[in-house]
Amino acid sequence: MGMTMTQKILAAHAGLESVVAGQLIEADLDLVLGNDITSPVAIHEIEKMKVDGVFHKDKIALVMDHFTPNKDIKSAQHCKCVREFACKNDITNYFDVGEMGIEHALLPEKGLTVAGDVIIGADSHTCTYGALGAFSTGVGSTDMAAGMATGKAWFKVPSAIKFVLTGKPSKWVSGKDVILHIIGMIGVDGALYKSMEFVGDGIQYLSMDDRLTIANMAIEAGGKNGIFPIDDVTRAYMKEHSTREWVEYEADEDAEYDEEYVIDLSTLKSTVAFPHLPENTHTIDEINAMDEIKIDQVVIGSCTNGRMDDLRAAAEIMKGKKCAKGIRVIIIPGTQKIYLDAIEEGLVRTFIEAGAVVSTPTCGPCLGGHMGVLAEGERCVSTTNRNFVGRMGHVESEVYLASPAVAAASAITGKISGPEEVM
Amino acid sequence: MKAAQGTVFKYGDNVDTDVIIPARYLNSSDPKELATHCMEDIDKDFVNKVNEGDIIVANKNFGCGSSREHAPIAIKAAGVSCVIAETFARIFYRNAINIGLPIIECPEAAVAIKAGDEVKVDFDSGVITNVTTGESFQGQAFPPFMQNLIACGGLVNYINNK
Repeated sequence: MGMTMTQKILAAHAGLESVVAGQLIEADLDLVLGNDITSPVAIHEIEKMKVDGVFHKDKIALVMDHFTPNKDIKSAQHCKCVREFACKNDITNYFDVGEMGIEHALLPEKGLTVAGDVIIGADSHTCTYGALGAFSTGVGSTDMAAGMATGKAWFKVPSAIKFVLTGKPSKWVSGKDVILHIIGMIGVDGALYKSMEFVGDGIQYLSMDDRLTIANMAIEAGGKNGIFPIDDVTRAYMKEHSTREWVEYEADEDAEYDEEYVIDLSTLKSTVAFPHLPENTHTIDEINAMDEIKIDQVVIGSCTNGRMDDLRAAAEIMKGKKCAKGIRVIIIPGTQKIYLDAIEEGLVRTFIEAGAVVSTPTCGPCLGGHMGVLAEGERCVSTTNRNFVGRMGHVESEVYLASPAVAAASAITGKISGPEEVM
Repeated sequence: MKAAQGTVFKYGDNVDTDVIIPARYLNSSDPKELATHCMEDIDKDFVNKVNEGDIIVANKNFGCGSSREHAPIAIKAAGVSCVIAETFARIFYRNAINIGLPIIECPEAAVAIKAGDEVKVDFDSGVITNVTTGESFQGQAFPPFMQNLIACGGLVNYINNK
């Protein structure tokens, strides 16, 4: 029986000829990731282990991105704990304020994640690197600790769902709309424990930033990982960003899939997930037929949508326009490099002239940490990844998940709007 | 493994880690402090009512969302002896096993058991007994690899014993 792309990567890293779904394996890790929230718990655990330091100082990445620049004393204590651990163990890829970015925007940009890797991260959106043809998945802090100590992790080999993407999306339909459409179709547990393998000739029309957004939200469908095949777009990205050698795996022709969906990208519309689950999706056409939904805040950023393509789309819509009176618009470039590129391309000027604020990279508002927490009864259109109860602040606040284009258009009108309404 | 027995707190589908332990409290990693905010955004009374040994029962996809281990840590530190659900989100499932919070998948039990019922869980056999109604259910027992992990007292001890 053939293997899926994910199964092939896992087999190679477990030193096995082949694996089957459901098999428990122990795999070698190419990278272990943690952030300022999950790493302190992992460091506490690794201190209990009878190990001498970490397995490889170059294969651990510690990114201080969630509550940074530190929002309060307790957060500062957490970062101090991680900083001291990184210093003591001579961790090469420790990223603090000034160098850091939002972890899943930063690591591919730094060339630390390439095709064929097996990566675990104590952050659920670690699945992002599947965009580059790696197996990567989120774990908790104890798994991170064990990974840092041993360079290995146990996995149950997943079965897979195949998503065949065909056709060319229209101008304002982005990776975010593709993944929200899929989550709306299969539900927040539609891919529970499974790989989401994306294939098809429509992928050629998806930029690397689009693919990173799609793989990023595989977890929002319950998926263990999301993964794309390697093409010239992937190779060009890795050549530009990494000095590491990569390995290209592809699914066997006779690989088995639990389910298969065909999605014609040319038929997709801008899509918004209503509170309080990412599966509560509506197309912009459906929303236009509803009573208007007034908003209080817009957030454009996060590990899902804080990359250059995202900022360019938002700036194209906001250029020469003003944000609606009373709407707070917060724009957060994903990394220092993206921030600088956005300044040099004139995007930051566009945002500030429109009345938005532009922040240093941080996960901040996505999880209700800081830099844009909502009050009771407030509504936000956000390019982030979760709209659970209380996610961005008060338990009675609401988050609508959307693409950067929809978020930017909504910033201009003060209600949930598609880009066509303002362009 | 010791059997769990206690009074049931019942929740629905997709109980996410943001309601189990809201991110505004993640500036702490102290189990005792996290426990004082456990389930706060879905059930404000939970921390006042929960007693040592009580059991959480929920429907599909319990623990979805963030990878924060603070979620099972908060539940365990609040005194909960077991979580029963139709299904668990995969990261929560790993985390619970790794920190030694007993969890068990059993769709029939998750649907039938009601809030306030007294429930007993025998982990060796996977049998869940509703002491209040007299019903019993066969839950999914852990595969041998995970039983070994749990028997060692979690992943840290498992690695130390290797």
